[in-house]
Amino acid sequence: MTDPRQKALLEFENINKSFGGVHALKEVSLRIEQGTIHGLIGPNGAGKTTLFNVMTGMYQADSGKFWFDGNAISLKTSPQVLAKKGLARTFQNIRLFSEMTALENVMVGQHSQTKTGIIGAILRTPAAKREELMIRQEGLRLLQYVGLSDDVACRVARTLSYGDQRRLEIARALALKPRLLALDEPAAGMNPTETAQLQALIRRLHADGMTIVLIEHDVGLMMRLCDRISVLDFGEKIADGTPEEIRRNERVIKAYLGGEATAQAGKGHEPRSVAE
Amino acid sequence: MMTEQKATDQKNNETHIAQYAMTAKKLSTKKKSALILLAISLMLLPFALGLMGPSWVRTADYALLYCMLALGLNIVVGYAGLLDLGYIAFYALGAYMVAVLASPHLNIHVSPWLLIPIGAGFAGLAGAILGAPTLKLRGDYLAIVTLGFGEIVRLFMQNLDRPINITNGTQGISGIDNLSFFGHDFGSGFDLFGQHFNGSYLYYYLFLALVLIVIGICMRLENSRIGRAWVAIREDELAAKAMGINTRNIKLLAFAMGASFGGVAGGMFASFQGFIDPTSFSLMESIMVLCMVVLGGMGNIAGVILGAVLLTLTPEVLREVIRPLQEALFGRQVVDPDNVRMLIFGIALVAMMLFRPEGLLPSRRRKEEFHHD
Repeated sequence: MTDPRQKALLEFENINKSFGGVHALKEVSLRIEQGTIHGLIGPNGAGKTTLFNVMTGMYQADSGKFWFDGNAISLKTSPQVLAKKGLARTFQNIRLFSEMTALENVMVGQHSQTKTGIIGAILRTPAAKREELMIRQEGLRLLQYVGLSDDVACRVARTLSYGDQRRLEIARALALKPRLLALDEPAAGMNPTETAQLQALIRRLHADGMTIVLIEHDVGLMMRLCDRISVLDFGEKIADGTPEEIRRNERVIKAYLGGEATAQAGKGHEPRSVAE
Repeated sequence: MMTEQKATDQKNNETHIAQYAMTAKKLSTKKKSALILLAISLMLLPFALGLMGPSWVRTADYALLYCMLALGLNIVVGYAGLLDLGYIAFYALGAYMVAVLASPHLNIHVSPWLLIPIGAGFAGLAGAILGAPTLKLRGDYLAIVTLGFGEIVRLFMQNLDRPINITNGTQGISGIDNLSFFGHDFGSGFDLFGQHFNGSYLYYYLFLALVLIVIGICMRLENSRIGRAWVAIREDELAAKAMGINTRNIKLLAFAMGASFGGVAGGMFASFQGFIDPTSFSLMESIMVLCMVVLGGMGNIAGVILGAVLLTLTPEVLREVIRPLQEALFGRQVVDPDNVRMLIFGIALVAMMLFRPEGLLPSRRRKEEFHHD
């Protein structure tokens, strides 16, 4: 038998994280397979974003094991090292470099992929010039990829529409050439048109071979998009499976709708409006 | 399908880049004549100033030194967003380096030309050393630590006359060697059309050249991978980390880079003035340089230069104007000109921060920051 870890791009084993007395993550284990769209759902405060933060090095887990791309990762690994290893993320509350242009944001994203140092920049060596042109080209390509037009490229990020800012954040994350793209509520605050466009973008990324892990409150969207879904509740993983399995899972329905509603929801109602 | 898409993407990109390159070129032809005019006037400026009085050429020299300082601090404060209130310490280090190693004080006479790069490196190293413990601090906390550092350096200079006399304490070091160029001493000036021009003219051109080099370095850094990383850290440090930026190294680089400019300016100052003592490196000087950066326009090279020139010249102009004005108005001097100067300076700063907080010539980024709805 081959080691199952060979196939998983990311694996967590019994991850724990507490903030003072609050046990935000309890013995969470998670496998994200190469090339899948993996959803994370759960009521507010379930620990989804905490899990993301552990995954991207923003928080250090108290205990547990972490593998990425077949390698064991120390829980103390810093965000910039994980970013270099190929873990890119977006943020729940947009964190663009708001006074830089859209293009510059994506150019910053390529920082770890490039290597011009201070001497190269001052002397503007041929290698530095070439790299700078490459960064610019790649930046424009990524903006196009996520569907931002050329005239958006030179606009300051803060002046972009909400939907465009979300997309720019994805473009910036893609600039890292990630192995795993972690999207934290990318559809939050979007209107239905923007959500549909986002869905198309995520599908396109998936078709191009990107592994995506996604937090989203719009359960309908998650059911349509994800290959697998993990459900968190009060810091514990209560279910894991395909959207169809999750839809039928008693514990999930209970977590979302509370005890009384179990019987009714169990008959196959889509738990669509659970976002609130 | 996919390759077709990629090909069009590629083509679009290329046209975009070509357009970008073209606009850059067009601008340069348009601005060429203006630049030549500026160059000629900068070359002739000291002679024009000399007609007004010899002290004005010296003022221009100081203005250029402050330009260098302000541009250096601009890297730390303007680009990387790290509030540094002890910046003058690097100026002091550069100045004392030249003063100790090129003066009769210890009877060592290393060529000041050699001391410029050494001073830059030494100050840069000191910048990184100061930066190291402050990496986790931001804003007011960082300001207080750097303020402490500035004072420590000044106090060191003031007290390093015992047990071994290195800095000569409060008495300062005098007789610092002048720079010389192919055997020609900068301090002795030069003769042209039968007229003698003193050393401050020669220093003017030297400082001008150095300021131009510093501007060139700043411009190149601004639009580079490193420059973008600085701004990214200023905008959102956590997001910068998530982008794989090693914030520790990039911040240290900002400190070191800014400090090295300060070190060069300090060495020039020592050599130009021939005498230094610790009073030239007080907290007030750090604050003045910071004012130049903020008043002119943080993060914008032209703005910072304007700030440095204005804040160096205004006190001198006021010195010339206030006394005659008072005598004309009241028939005698009512208030001490120095006090009036500080009053006007203070009012100007308050007014600036109220009505134009982004500075006189704000950077594109800063402008956006202060005027949005």
